[in-house]
Amino acid sequence: MYRYDELDQRLVGERVAQFRDQTRRFLAGQLSEDEFRSLRLRNGLYLQRFAPMLRVAVPYGLLSAPQLRMLGHIARTYDKGYGHVTTRQNIQFNWPKLEQVPDILADLATVQMHAIQTSGNCIRNITADHLAGVAADELLDPRPYCELTRQWATFHPEFNWLPRKFKIAFSSSTLDRSATKVHDIGVHLVRNAAGELGYTIYVGGGLGRMPMIAHQVRAFLPELDLISYLEAILRVYNRHGRRDNIHRARVKVLVKSLGAAKFTEQVEAEWAQLKDSDLRLQPQDIENIRARFDRHSYLEAAAADDGSYVAHLAADARFAAWAKRNLRVHRQPGYAAVFVSLKASGIAPGDVTHQQFDAVADLAERYSFGEVRATHDQNLVLAEVAKKDIYAVWRRLSELNLATPNIGLLTDLICCPGLDFCSLANAGSIGVAQDIFDRFEDLDYQHDIGELKIKMSGCMNGCGHHSVGHIGILGVDKHGEEWYQVTLGGSAENDATLGDRTGPSIARADIAGAVEKLIEVYLEQREDADESFLATYRRVGMAPFKQRLYGGAEALAEDEAAA
Amino acid sequence: MSAPDAGGVILDRRIVANEWLNLADDATLPAAGKVIVSLKRFRAERAGLDASGLAVGVRIPNTEDVSALTLELSSQPLLAVEIPKFADGRAYSQARVLRERCAYRGEIRAQGEVLRDQLLHMSRCGINAFELRADQDAQDCLRAFSDHSLVYQQAADGAETVWQMRRRQAAAAR
Ligand code: SF4
Repeated sequence: MYRYDELDQRLVGERVAQFRDQTRRFLAGQLSEDEFRSLRLRNGLYLQRFAPMLRVAVPYGLLSAPQLRMLGHIARTYDKGYGHVTTRQNIQFNWPKLEQVPDILADLATVQMHAIQTSGNCIRNITADHLAGVAADELLDPRPYCELTRQWATFHPEFNWLPRKFKIAFSSSTLDRSATKVHDIGVHLVRNAAGELGYTIYVGGGLGRMPMIAHQVRAFLPELDLISYLEAILRVYNRHGRRDNIHRARVKVLVKSLGAAKFTEQVEAEWAQLKDSDLRLQPQDIENIRARFDRHSYLEAAAADDGSYVAHLAADARFAAWAKRNLRVHRQPGYAAVFVSLKASGIAPGDVTHQQFDAVADLAERYSFGEVRATHDQNLVLAEVAKKDIYAVWRRLSELNLATPNIGLLTDLICCPGLDFCSLANAGSIGVAQDIFDRFEDLDYQHDIGELKIKMSGCMNGCGHHSVGHIGILGVDKHGEEWYQVTLGGSAENDATLGDRTGPSIARADIAGAVEKLIEVYLEQREDADESFLATYRRVGMAPFKQRLYGGAEALAEDEAAA
Repeated sequence: MSAPDAGGVILDRRIVANEWLNLADDATLPAAGKVIVSLKRFRAERAGLDASGLAVGVRIPNTEDVSALTLELSSQPLLAVEIPKFADGRAYSQARVLRERCAYRGEIRAQGEVLRDQLLHMSRCGINAFELRADQDAQDCLRAFSDHSLVYQQAADGAETVWQMRRRQAAAAR
């Protein structure tokens, strides 16, 4: 964990007081709806379809046990008993009362949490690899750099009224697990040929109604220049991003309309003016932050892995099946990262009950250095469990209904709140997730299908990242009915690609069946069990999938003609 | 001539009487006093304005690249930046460039939808005068400047940042 110092804590406390006063003035009629809206959004508070929604920031997805317990407390005290992990590693509550939000924020501040800039046209939560600090393919832990960036972005006086929201993600590993290329800025930690530490900077990615893959604007930025360079990018965007049309206001549109070369030129010209200013970091600034992250003292490999893990694998087939899917390699010998699946049948993907918050906090404290991570695939991770403890962790997770062995498989799908909660939605997504779950409940079948990312959004805003799903599902409104557009072949990883549309949209009643047909085609077409859905699609193309979905007599539906 | 502004004016964190007259492009110049004209008019009538004996401030469109204006405007006592809607943040960047890059020392005045909850950030960006929207309570607005006592990032106000404080603390501890 990053531990606040007294200064961090004071700023968060002052924010609570400020928001309490803003809420008071709104309720007293001194602030208009419109003005309060902008202020409350910058504190993560939406007024949704049924009730307000409060989005709590989880910087780079990292949570401590006391923070989890506090989330449980909030779910119990102010909500209907559960919270929801979002695709940006944050936690949302769907039923708080406006009058109580200042109290919730005050409670959060006691465990070094807040809701600052989790919404609104400003710099949002900084996200990172959920395996940061433990992944074997990592150059170095990106989280101190994320925290620096978080602090720089917090209440940035110049960038609080941007044309549109602004999202920054970090990656430091060979495999990009944080979807950096579909962010406004993607930062990759790298070493140059001389062995110096720095960053490759990508700008202009994004999902939503004009999905785009980010462009590289700088191959190597020296380590101490991070903040001045971010400031240059943001200033170019703040000055030149479009403000006349909300659908053209993201930085990706500016990059596209200027062209990546011209945009880069403008950023570099601005940066030339800023790079030697006070914005240039001192090595000590990074050290000060790094020193406030907990250091974990690992057991020797032989003590961490006493042989019982392998014995349990051999003796318990259910445990072995779970271990095969829900564990990932830890770079420390004798340890593994344990995924806590929030994708059980009958549960909206990403939902966590207050009892589960508390119980996972206990597990974290007992077995994983008191830390948990939230993933952008809407699961949790106990990232540092000694192998001798994994069996006990699994037994407890099983009791909690958090051990569905489906990480990375078909039913580990991600989906936005959709029509059930979101006032912007065209169609439901949680119900569709359940339909898919019902059809593919057989886990052996899921294992046979292998690695598959289904991503679902209830509208073009794309909070469920449908454009980068291997199978993407997008809710559309057709004469007041819920229909779904399907895309294939998207990816948010190193090979970031946007999915291709299959054809006309599909009715609510047929969408789970359509997924089943797509899977059948894949199983028929794949060369062997090692060829993934994505690889197969890339090799054979759209034709066989399209043929199966629509048959030969594909009617030219109106929405296809309109596309 | 445009009507005098109904809202209060805050200058350097004090409520003051508005001494400046916002002139439309077709309004005749007064005989004496302080006027704010558009950049367009300033350029068209520069010689006459310089000779008029008036104090002349210039209103800069928020689309303008202010770093290119330094030479032209550095001797004017006031520059006005536009907040057409409170959610339009372009003037914040302009103000910082005027202060930090162009070293402009005169008054930078925000005009338009200038509201209490934006004042602190504006002032951090170097705006030191605020023509408040008519419905704003000037007294209440003064409180906004103390919403936060700390800042993470350096800006035009020269406030010591949290990072600088940490450097200082670390140096003292050595
Ligand atoms: S994708 Fe649309 S429906 Fe889903 S949460 Fe986002 S805005 Fe709401």
